[in-house]
Amino acid sequence: MKKSTKVVYNHHINSNIAVTYIISNKKLTLVAALGVTIGIAIFIFMNSMAKGFDKSSAAAIFKTVPHIRIYKDAQISRNLLPENYHNTIPLIINPKIVAQSPNIINPKKIIETLQQQPDVTIVTSEVNTDIFINSGKTQIRGVAMGVDIKQADKMFNISSFVVDGQLNDLEKYPNGIFIGVGLADKMSLKKGDYIQVNSSKGISKSMKILGLFQTNNSNVDKKQTYIHINTARQLLAESNDYVSDIYVNINDYDHPETYAKRFGKLTGYVAEDWKTANATLMAASNMRRIIISFISLSILIVAGFGIYNILNMTIMQKINDIAILKAMGFKGKDVVRIFVQQALLIGILGIIIGLIAATLLISRLQHVYIGGDIGYFPVHYEPTMYIRGIIFGFIVTFLSGYIPAKKAANVDPVAILRK
Amino acid sequence: MKNIILEAQTLNKYFYEPTQFQVLKDVSFKAYQGEFLTLIGKSGSGKSTLLYLLSTMDTDYTGNLWIDKEKVTGLKQDTLAQIRNEKIGFVFQFHYLLPEFSCLKNVMIPALKLGQYSYEEIEQQAYQKLKILDLQDQALKPASKLSGGQQQRVAIARALINHPKIIMGDEPTGNLDSKNTRIVFDIFKQLSVEFGQTIIAVTHDNDFAKASDRIIEMQDGMIIS
Repeated sequence: MKKSTKVVYNHHINSNIAVTYIISNKKLTLVAALGVTIGIAIFIFMNSMAKGFDKSSAAAIFKTVPHIRIYKDAQISRNLLPENYHNTIPLIINPKIVAQSPNIINPKKIIETLQQQPDVTIVTSEVNTDIFINSGKTQIRGVAMGVDIKQADKMFNISSFVVDGQLNDLEKYPNGIFIGVGLADKMSLKKGDYIQVNSSKGISKSMKILGLFQTNNSNVDKKQTYIHINTARQLLAESNDYVSDIYVNINDYDHPETYAKRFGKLTGYVAEDWKTANATLMAASNMRRIIISFISLSILIVAGFGIYNILNMTIMQKINDIAILKAMGFKGKDVVRIFVQQALLIGILGIIIGLIAATLLISRLQHVYIGGDIGYFPVHYEPTMYIRGIIFGFIVTFLSGYIPAKKAANVDPVAILRK
Repeated sequence: MKNIILEAQTLNKYFYEPTQFQVLKDVSFKAYQGEFLTLIGKSGSGKSTLLYLLSTMDTDYTGNLWIDKEKVTGLKQDTLAQIRNEKIGFVFQFHYLLPEFSCLKNVMIPALKLGQYSYEEIEQQAYQKLKILDLQDQALKPASKLSGGQQQRVAIARALINHPKIIMGDEPTGNLDSKNTRIVFDIFKQLSVEFGQTIIAVTHDNDFAKASDRIIEMQDGMIIS
């Protein structure tokens, strides 16, 4: 009986054995898979929650803060000669803030230039000034945002939080003003009332309240007002091209730092991104993100130990099978493949159920009402978190399968068969 | 002129636990094609140890070993696994079937691993082997549902599936009653005579040994006859 020793067929016997082990041990498979499921579901759910928090707090910030603010910083006078210049005696002078107006020179040109930059979505100029608001005998300090109404509305979506009146009325009534509900409450004002506004330059104007807005940030609602940019210039006794701030919004608001740097160089003024302007808030958000990643990762690792234990147990039960397979000509790497495939199949099952569970959790929580300025729980389906969950799930199941499989591959068949 | 199928030359082996002890001392012998060989000897004489050296599973020895004219001493584990898969069939004292699989699948596994024939051909051959051993009715039952004697016969069918040159048995009848022992012996005899396969079996059963072609008796790690 002559036969060629050439191997012609690949019958995938390793996968075949792995699948049979899984099917014939349904309970164990399910328990191991549920470990993965819980790990994956919690991982995706918690990270989506963290992302949702970040998004909602960013949205709250962007009601009043632009992605990048360009303004002129006050300068301090310097010595005319550097110290120790050619062994001269240093001249002592008091460094003082240079008396300069915070005017941005040639704002039109700067705005045009900025608008041509890639990724820039909106550019608008503002004139902001501190004011005193008088109504009867009460006087309250506030801030007047002199805005280019259309552009500012595009940037901050002011209309969305106006609760009374029409924002466009500011264009028609040069002496109109929008105030926050907190301020209106404090001074018991309503739409249509008149207030006296005094600026730091001593200019006084009688202004009509055209409407009220509510951002749910009480600091803003108690202090901030919106007026027409030209009215703000009049309050500061400045000319018609006076601009104190240029606001820029960009597409990729999560990474404003590089843009701010570039715009600063481009314009020659200070460009401050919103993350720098809200450093405390960013620190809190970073801390939250770290804590949540840490917790969700540890849950995933605990789940990994679960599968590791179960697979380790299966391998100990199968030690006779492993010995006989090796005697029949299965190589060490065949044994590794059998058990790693078993682990990965369990992993796939667990991941699929985990994805479903995470989706259910998120959809449930989306309908939980929190109240305040948050409203419904700010959690969304985050595709990146799903992908990360799948990748981490595979890594964990692979390792927890590979380590005991490697041990199984090193089983000495003689030691088992001779018992 | 008979073909030499297996040759051992001055095999020495030591155990180091609990103390150093020489189990095999300069063991040399030849096995020919179609020969039915039995290894006998008292407990601790080294006969099982010798069988596992010959099986290529135990590589911790000095001396030289040829199987089918190929020197296997010093080869890598993976290469040895390939040689076992192709050329050696095993029958152990305890059946060692995979309990999750049907009898037929158990018989098929070594052939599926070797991959020389299509799935259908292998299935056909496995069924043939089971038929030779009078087990065709049990083919689709799970291995764990069979009696001890039946399981041992399935294990023999599995050892035959790749048409190995050598079939090695470690007390293949040690767990069987006299009727089943008779059946196993007849099968081995038939394989060596009809198909020219070499049988090397370790046994305690003197009747079984006497009926074989040649007896190698061992004592204190040496071949004495």
